Amino acid sequence: MSFAYGDEKVVDDVSFSLAPGEFVALAGPNGSGKSTLLRLLLGLLRPDTGVVHLFGVDPHALSERARLGYVPQRRVLAPDLPVTVREIVATGRLARRGWWRRARANDRAAVDHAIESVGLAELARRPVLELSGGQQQRVLIARALASEPELLVLDEPIAGVDADSQRLFRDSLVHLVAEHGAAVLLVSHELGAVADDLDRVIVMKRSVKFDGPPAELTASGVSLGIHDDDLPLWLEAIE
Amino acid sequence: MTGLAVSVPSAVLDLPWPFEREYMQLALLAGVVVGACAPLIGVFLVQQRMALLGDGIGHLAFAGVAAGLLLEVWPVWTALLVAAGGALVIQWLRRRGTATGDLALALIFYGGIALGVVLISRAGAGSVDILPYLFGSILTVEPGDVRVVVVIGIVIVASIALLGRVLLASVLDEEAARVAGLPVDAVGSLLAVLTAVTVVAAMRVVGVLLVAALMVLPVASSRLIARSFRSTVLVAVAVGVVSVVVGLVAARQWALAPGGSIVLAATAAFGVTVAARGRGRMVRV
Repeated sequence: MSFAYGDEKVVDDVSFSLAPGEFVALAGPNGSGKSTLLRLLLGLLRPDTGVVHLFGVDPHALSERARLGYVPQRRVLAPDLPVTVREIVATGRLARRGWWRRARANDRAAVDHAIESVGLAELARRPVLELSGGQQQRVLIARALASEPELLVLDEPIAGVDADSQRLFRDSLVHLVAEHGAAVLLVSHELGAVADDLDRVIVMKRSVKFDGPPAELTASGVSLGIHDDDLPLWLEAIE
Repeated sequence: MTGLAVSVPSAVLDLPWPFEREYMQLALLAGVVVGACAPLIGVFLVQQRMALLGDGIGHLAFAGVAAGLLLEVWPVWTALLVAAGGALVIQWLRRRGTATGDLALALIFYGGIALGVVLISRAGAGSVDILPYLFGSILTVEPGDVRVVVVIGIVIVASIALLGRVLLASVLDEEAARVAGLPVDAVGSLLAVLTAVTVVAAMRVVGVLLVAALMVLPVASSRLIARSFRSTVLVAVAVGVVSVVVGLVAARQWALAPGGSIVLAATAAFGVTVAARGRGRMVRV
């Protein structure tokens, strides 16, 4: 598929697929089209050419939206509103339970489980305003997990978060893949925390420049840590 | 006149001063319903950075009242029609990106007041009939007015009970709510219409010029005290109701304008909350 903002083509002839249970990272320098690609996948944008299939159908026609979990690129959630961790995570359950229905015992259990899986059980009743940036990011991950998704899409979820949060983040993703057979698509500049768990890395700069196992990428001189320099240099070299 | 089958007290109840008279009891009932419902809507508007939506729609309601006077129709119906239509236009403008939130509001604000002035001049009604709607006249509400307010209150409470979670998800993170397939646009439009409905309900209580205050000020106070969204809603409703009661008591005691007294009570509640918080004497709930 391809997509342009006006005359500026930001996604050019990109094609890839994800299988159930696959853990895939999408990497690329700033402005490489990663976030636009995610928005196309999620159905927030429509491609100019080509098609997107999410669970076999157009994202706009996907009726079972609870199969999809999304963690947007964001640090501060509800900067002024007193809202607890549990209240935010519970909004992630609405798609699965039906927004018009009252929460049942299994819904409450799923919300509790999602909060536990990101290590925030003791802070469930705490206002998110009182949490650190890393903890707030874990709240967003728990919100996505609450719908028990088959595909979890995360946009820069660990940018600037503390080491403890990164470890818990990694554990929750590995748990999701291993126990629930979910696929994970992770967009990040920082893949060090999950380097050993990834099945594939896709490197993108408008089009796909690399799609393969992480070992193959590191062998060509690109680190999976914070790739501020080596990835752009590597892309320059191959271009 | 309204044809609504809702029971309101037609006989004087045995209540203590200052609510011993029928007109005060009707005012109390209408005021309490509005005082509870306005913050229920306001809590979502404030989070959407649309705190002044009630003001903008109030100006439209003014145009609706003027249209009612011109057409010799009960002004509450025309105000409801014009306010709800305008609220949907604001939502549409925001969604299309034609105008940002504050620009869309400004368009409605000035368009509404100008239309109202033109219609009033056309009706030749003078200023007497319009004043109760501009500044409120809760002490002259009739059982028919109270019936409308009670019905509107029931609609608002039922809507928020059904859609509160979706509204919360939507105002917290609209993009994630869309990805989850929640009816973001539909509930956004519904919130706008409920705002219009609340404005019309509050029109006779505090007037269209002060109506937004009851949506915003109790929420501003509750956000300083609350530790959860649930308690934010409950405290805001409590502050709204108490402001109405205190405002009515003050109006009766010192022969003050009740609409202004109610809003000043809500303002004072905010001041007390800020002061108590500053002194560290605030118990968060």
